[in-house]
Amino acid sequence: MNNIGLGRRASPVRFEGVTKIFGKDIVAVDNINLDIEAGKLVTLLGPSGCGKTTTLRMIAGLEMATSGRILIGDQDVTLLPATERDVTMVFQSYALFPHMNVLENVMYGLTFSGFDKEEARDRANQGLALLGLEGFGARLPSELSGGQQQRVAVARALVLEPQVLLFDEPLSNLDAKLRRQVREDIRAIQQETGLTVVYVTHDQEEALAVSDQIVVMRNAAIAQIGTPRELYDSPNDSFVADFIGEANLISCTITQVKDNVATIEIEGYQHQLPSRGLKPGSAVLAVRPSRLLVGHESGIPATIVKSTYVGVRMEYTIEGSFGQVFMVMDDVDKPLRVGSEVLLSFSEIGPVLLPAE
Amino acid sequence: MDSDYAPAAFLLVQGEKLWLSPVLILLAFPITLIGLRKSDPLFARGLILVGGIGFFWLFAQGFAIGIRGYNFSWLESLLGDLGDRQFGMGYGAMLCAISFLFMFTQGIAARGTVGGDVFVAGAIGGVIVIVLVFVGYPIANMLFSAFIDDGGEYSIGVFFTKFFDDRLWGLACLSDGRCGAAWNSLFLAIIVGFTTTMLGLAFALVATRSRFRYQRSLRALTVLPIITPPFVIGLALILLFGRSGSVTVFIADLFGVQPTRWLYGLPGIMIAQTLAYTPIAFLVLIGVVEGVSPAMEEAAQTLRANSSQTFQTVSLPLMRPGIANAFLLGFIESMADFGNPLVLGGNFDVLSTEIFFAIVGAQYDQGRAAVLAIVLLCFTLSAFYAQRAWLGKKSYTTVTGKGDAGMHPHLPRGLSIVVITIAVIWALFTLVVYSMIVYGSVVELWGVNNTLTFKHYITAFSVRIEDSGIRWSGAAWDSFWTTITIAGIAAPLTAAVGIVTAYLLTRKNFAGKQAFEFGTMLSFAIPGTVIGVSYILAFNVPPIEITGTGVILVVSFIFRNMPVGVRAGIASMTQLDKSLDEASLTLGANSWHTFRKVILPLLKPAILAALIYSFVRAMTAISAVIFLVSAEYDMATSYIIGRVENNDYGLAIAYSTTLIFVMLTVVGMLQLLVGRVQIGRRTLQGTEVRV
Repeated sequence: MNNIGLGRRASPVRFEGVTKIFGKDIVAVDNINLDIEAGKLVTLLGPSGCGKTTTLRMIAGLEMATSGRILIGDQDVTLLPATERDVTMVFQSYALFPHMNVLENVMYGLTFSGFDKEEARDRANQGLALLGLEGFGARLPSELSGGQQQRVAVARALVLEPQVLLFDEPLSNLDAKLRRQVREDIRAIQQETGLTVVYVTHDQEEALAVSDQIVVMRNAAIAQIGTPRELYDSPNDSFVADFIGEANLISCTITQVKDNVATIEIEGYQHQLPSRGLKPGSAVLAVRPSRLLVGHESGIPATIVKSTYVGVRMEYTIEGSFGQVFMVMDDVDKPLRVGSEVLLSFSEIGPVLLPAE
Repeated sequence: MDSDYAPAAFLLVQGEKLWLSPVLILLAFPITLIGLRKSDPLFARGLILVGGIGFFWLFAQGFAIGIRGYNFSWLESLLGDLGDRQFGMGYGAMLCAISFLFMFTQGIAARGTVGGDVFVAGAIGGVIVIVLVFVGYPIANMLFSAFIDDGGEYSIGVFFTKFFDDRLWGLACLSDGRCGAAWNSLFLAIIVGFTTTMLGLAFALVATRSRFRYQRSLRALTVLPIITPPFVIGLALILLFGRSGSVTVFIADLFGVQPTRWLYGLPGIMIAQTLAYTPIAFLVLIGVVEGVSPAMEEAAQTLRANSSQTFQTVSLPLMRPGIANAFLLGFIESMADFGNPLVLGGNFDVLSTEIFFAIVGAQYDQGRAAVLAIVLLCFTLSAFYAQRAWLGKKSYTTVTGKGDAGMHPHLPRGLSIVVITIAVIWALFTLVVYSMIVYGSVVELWGVNNTLTFKHYITAFSVRIEDSGIRWSGAAWDSFWTTITIAGIAAPLTAAVGIVTAYLLTRKNFAGKQAFEFGTMLSFAIPGTVIGVSYILAFNVPPIEITGTGVILVVSFIFRNMPVGVRAGIASMTQLDKSLDEASLTLGANSWHTFRKVILPLLKPAILAALIYSFVRAMTAISAVIFLVSAEYDMATSYIIGRVENNDYGLAIAYSTTLIFVMLTVVGMLQLLVGRVQIGRRTLQGTEVRV
């Protein structure tokens, strides 16, 4: 078994009009269509209660779709229980069996996959080695640190060479420092092995960092699907704009549109940017905190009301008649003073026009 | 071959009892489905049909054709005289029923219900069927028999005559006669429920929240009711306060008062039941009192409530479910108690003994027994409902699973003095009662001839070594070994049914789960006396004819004690993170493997507790047993009651003492074993905290 071999069975996942209703009328997932390519890492991102975990659990077979079809590879698995699906999952709590040692945990699934004891042991040991856990086989989960437990959970899911590997908020029980490291490890393993990975998180930074593709969910439905860059640079609506990497939403008026370039006006200040199919009238401008500028000769009059030093950069809250906006600046040596009047403008690229609410 | 007992397959070959042929044909039918894929709708539909029809036919023919041919006159007029008969079903029928059932559940699972899980579908089906057969059917049967008159016809009048009998509802005791058994039982049960709850709460508070130094020994007292046959307390009270009891004689000598029979009647039963059931209330309440999260109380204190305000406004309200539970338990136990009223009742009639005498006494009136049992059942079920209503839908869960640091505050000083005093007095009294039991067993004839002797032990438990081996010549050995055997068979079955049910209730979602839960918990509210009566009424005749066998005893123990197994299982299973099961499922293990390899090993303490508890309960039970024993299968408790009725107190007490010590050993071993397992669990919890 080499690392590349782990992903040789990686398969696409397809949702066709899938709906999940809990009880009588609690709609957790509402008629979603989704295509996940084989060998890609796709993140389901959204606020809590948006249906992302339910979607993940439906791939695993831990929840059954109320209607619609779910396909893994070419096979329709809609009615197949978890046991019979070729999908494994890394749980938020890791769910390591406390009465089994690390090796037994990793061997657990292999023994149900028709391997004899020897082979199962070999594969489990290789899996442990891949995660850098050689020599931990005889330990009990309770004798490991949180990060190590997490890696055991990944090894346990990985060694089965699943068609799809699922992660349910895998980093939420780790401390901040470890998170970055584990997140990079997961990404590295996924790219090395070529597994199809579906990953649930509510942390947009995590999603941006690991994903090939992000599925943003809201209220049981999909808000937008795209690569991290697409979502960040051209969100569909203000929800996505704000959820991915924070955006300042400012109402504006499109005065004219010409060759797909719109001219907008906010309190007399004019700015030009791609119209993205919008027509003249009122609209919303979404601007990332780093794309706000001050100190140019023209702009919207505003006042600095809060200034925070966070080490690598400065964070400002700026108030004007358009409301409050949040701005970051890399210049920490000459901070703006609270109370000072500034003229606010936007950088050439970055700001995005969205339809009015 | 004898056509009454031969296997159905042989009879059919001989051309007899042709109504059994559909069973055989249906059993063979699934062969035609071999080769079909599981997802094929034909596979599912075929199995559901075959299983359903087969199961239905098996029971329908069993009920329709009995010892005298057709059981229903309309069948006879429709099909003519059968000219044949059949007795109860045997193991073969049981095997057929199980096969049909699992064909049915397999079919259901193939259709994708309960996640397409064969094990879960089978387990749900299995539990539903056995609860229906061994709880639902006898109870329903009993309800019907209350409406049958002497001629065997249904009649509502008969029910009402028996129901509105003065012996049931008379209120003559308000003047100077005797009240009806229903009022007596109700009154007694309310008093006992109330006193045991109050005392239990007092001891629970002493044990957990006082500076009392002997908390541990107080906790040890909780073992007593589990290992003591309930009527033993009654016997000890007679030794103390009976006509020739030590205290009575002492006071009579001192003050020259005539000894009276005051003990026999309400006061005696009440004291005996309070003594017997307070530890049960204690057991329930101590868990609740400890379960109140210290964080809640500490929060109250930081919000400027003093200790008594904290207790009144936070601790006590949070203990409400425990209090309701303890009262319910005391109420039901008192209602169902058979031994103490029999020993101490005098002229004070209660329902449980009245039922007994209606069945075994000279009157032999099944209808009356059924009516009385219905009244008893109504009382306990109303209490069951009242408890649920009182608790309402409020959530009282305070233990969140997150590590609770902090300490329970001590009780307010005034309250603490009161409860400690009560606890000490009660503990001393219990001690006296139990030493009386031991002492009484080695006295020649209590109150008359107080010389010490081992005579009673020798009569009961003598052993002779002969050439052919050991001969158990003592009078008690027969019932003793029967008891051990029956209890030994019943215990693992009870634990198994309980744990599987708990697994289904906590881990699986399926349609009708609430009704399922209610059904399994119902037998908790059914007094043993009612179980006993309904069992002899239902299982005395075909199709399920098991009265007089050891099977009926085993079955009655399983369903009497199942709720405890279920509760124990639920309690420990909710502690196990659900993602453990899910992890196992996604790793390719099916539900059965998950249950066996993940859940069961982690539930060892609960299983062990359920095992020992049901074993010991089976040894001390009397209320259902007294109806179900036979000459061949006599149980220790009913043997002892028999001795008491013959005024052979010495032997009865000696036997009881032996039982207590046997069970003390069993429980002691349990404590040792569970103690060790619990150390293992502590590290387990450590993991969860670190996670």
